[in-house]
Amino acid sequence: MLRFLLRRFGYLVFVLFVIALVSFGLNSIANNNPAALLAPRGASAEAIAQIKANLHLNDPLYLQFWHFLTRGPDIRGTKSGLMQWPPSLGYSFVKQRPVTEVILDKLPATISLALGAMVLWLAIALPIGVLAATKARSLLDRVSTFFALVGLSFPTFLLGLLLLYVFYYQLTTAGFNVFPAGGYVALTTDPLEWAHHLILPWFTLALTEAAIYVRVTRSSMLEVLGEDYIRTARAKGLPERRVVYRHGLRSALTPVVTLAGLDVATLLGGAIVTEQVFGLDGVGRLAVLSVSDGDLPVVVGVTLVAAFFFVFINVLVDLVYALLDARVRVD
Amino acid sequence: MALLEVDDLQVAFDTEDGRLRAVRGLSFSVEAGQTLGIVGESGSGKSVATQSMVGLTRGARISGRALFDGDDLLTMAPENLRALRGNQIGMVFQDPLTSLHPQYTVGWQIQEAILAHEQIRKGEARKRAVDLLGQVGISQPERRVDDFPHQFSGGMRQRAMIAMALSLSPRLLIADEPTTALDVTVQAQVLELMKKLQAEYGTALILITHDLGVVADMADDVLVMYAGRAVEKADRRTLYYRQHHPYSKGLLASVPASAAHAPGERLIPIAGQPPSLLHLPSGCAFHPRCPYVMDVCVSETPELLSVPSIASENRPSENRPASENRPAGGHVSACHLPPEAVGPSPDAESRRERAVAAGRSTPVAVLQDEGAA
Repeated sequence: MLRFLLRRFGYLVFVLFVIALVSFGLNSIANNNPAALLAPRGASAEAIAQIKANLHLNDPLYLQFWHFLTRGPDIRGTKSGLMQWPPSLGYSFVKQRPVTEVILDKLPATISLALGAMVLWLAIALPIGVLAATKARSLLDRVSTFFALVGLSFPTFLLGLLLLYVFYYQLTTAGFNVFPAGGYVALTTDPLEWAHHLILPWFTLALTEAAIYVRVTRSSMLEVLGEDYIRTARAKGLPERRVVYRHGLRSALTPVVTLAGLDVATLLGGAIVTEQVFGLDGVGRLAVLSVSDGDLPVVVGVTLVAAFFFVFINVLVDLVYALLDARVRVD
Repeated sequence: MALLEVDDLQVAFDTEDGRLRAVRGLSFSVEAGQTLGIVGESGSGKSVATQSMVGLTRGARISGRALFDGDDLLTMAPENLRALRGNQIGMVFQDPLTSLHPQYTVGWQIQEAILAHEQIRKGEARKRAVDLLGQVGISQPERRVDDFPHQFSGGMRQRAMIAMALSLSPRLLIADEPTTALDVTVQAQVLELMKKLQAEYGTALILITHDLGVVADMADDVLVMYAGRAVEKADRRTLYYRQHHPYSKGLLASVPASAAHAPGERLIPIAGQPPSLLHLPSGCAFHPRCPYVMDVCVSETPELLSVPSIASENRPSENRPASENRPAGGHVSACHLPPEAVGPSPDAESRRERAVAAGRSTPVAVLQDEGAA
């Protein structure tokens, strides 16, 4: 177990290093001059050159990369402390703040959105998938297949706007002020408002994702229900509910866990469209704005954070496998 | 009254290629404490018949009657049938690796079976699971009870399956090819164990197998199935020494060291393949593979008729009393050959040959197994 965790940790560090290298390299190729961005309007070429020198931007690239990894932002006037020391992810010249701080600011909204949506889509998809499998080729199965197809082919932005139109615009104009138009309230500030603001974004993500999960759960369940040990469970005289859920779903969960891990990892790197539609100030929105602002240290930082989540969640998924199935050993 | 009385059991499945008739009118009975061996090739309907009886086949069209202790299994409410399964009727299946849930411990699975039918505390159920594992010969049961199936060997898994099937002292145990997936050395141990426990618990046993050696060891009565029908039914000795149906004869001839041939003689396989249940041959379903095929076999399906016992062996077939012309206990066989042609003796063989010579209008090319040539 410990060996497994150490090995995966080593792997995580390696992946992050490679991604840092690649994104740092891209950053340099982009060839925009942060010194020019920082300098006041109409500053002389000398002043810009001076700023550039102060930022160590004339150093060779490998040294800059080394500093990026080890030293943190090297700018007078910025706060020192945890945010500034590795892993500092550098300094946003546009925002005049350390990148770590900028991203940590946006993470709660993204994590709330991703995890909440996952809980919701699993809660929707698992029971429907199981029902569709146990009543294969029934009306319910056909109806769920139809909605799965609709959900799959529905783009997120359209569904998000549709939900906004119906549940915000129409309801509000009709005099029922039920849902807010968007925005994010921190969980620590007001848990009720937090959920209240997230309901529509959660449903936007969950409804599109649930479609896939219904299909995966259904096919996985169908396969498992044909297994010999399901026949044994029935031969023992267990109630059908217990056969389906305790014996069937338990085995059928494996592909669902895999998929959920990948999806959540992706979402944690920023649910760009949903955040944009609902004005949620999350990581995805930060990435989009930073790209258009040319704020490359932030882009690199977001990339690294997304990569971190991806590898981290995958380790988590492997651990869940071991929990679900005694045959899987994590060492 | 017998513990289980099955009468004209029919099982069919609707497939895209048409209706598949897996069991076509099967009747048998099992007395309490007795063993019935059901023998046949794969696809002869032996597993389907028993599994549909207890409601384990989905999407099957079932008709007929299966009286268990007087109650019809085929028409009772699913909930009542469920209460019987595992409790009064235990089951052991062919492959113990796939038949146990890989993600739960062996002990947990046995406990679950007990708790499904008895309202006792978990600790007590666990104690019984440990006892049962000990009874089926698993050493250190207190420790092994928390093992997962993959930590057991094949033989141990089947022992665990047997422990689970017997956990509620059922009155009937259905063992579906219980030794087929096991090593030969382990097979004998498992059979021995089943025999011992059967005697201890007084359980009736339906033993489904394609292995006549297993049947010779265990069964009181034997039912031979072919293409969803019983082709011959007799007590064990009669079937081994005085079998009537050419299919039974063929099965015996393909078993090493059976009564049908002397030691050192070559094994004789049954030529050809079992028929597709979607497109059954006309008349007797066995006729395309039968070395004694006559004209009547192609056109008429033979009924299960009683085969005279030794005392009345020389009675000519024309004089068979009408009362015997129906399925009954004793020795019955579904074949157009003369009823007195039984067993492997030269006399019986010449009777068969005479019947075949008289019954064929044109010479029929008898199927030869490619391997035997």
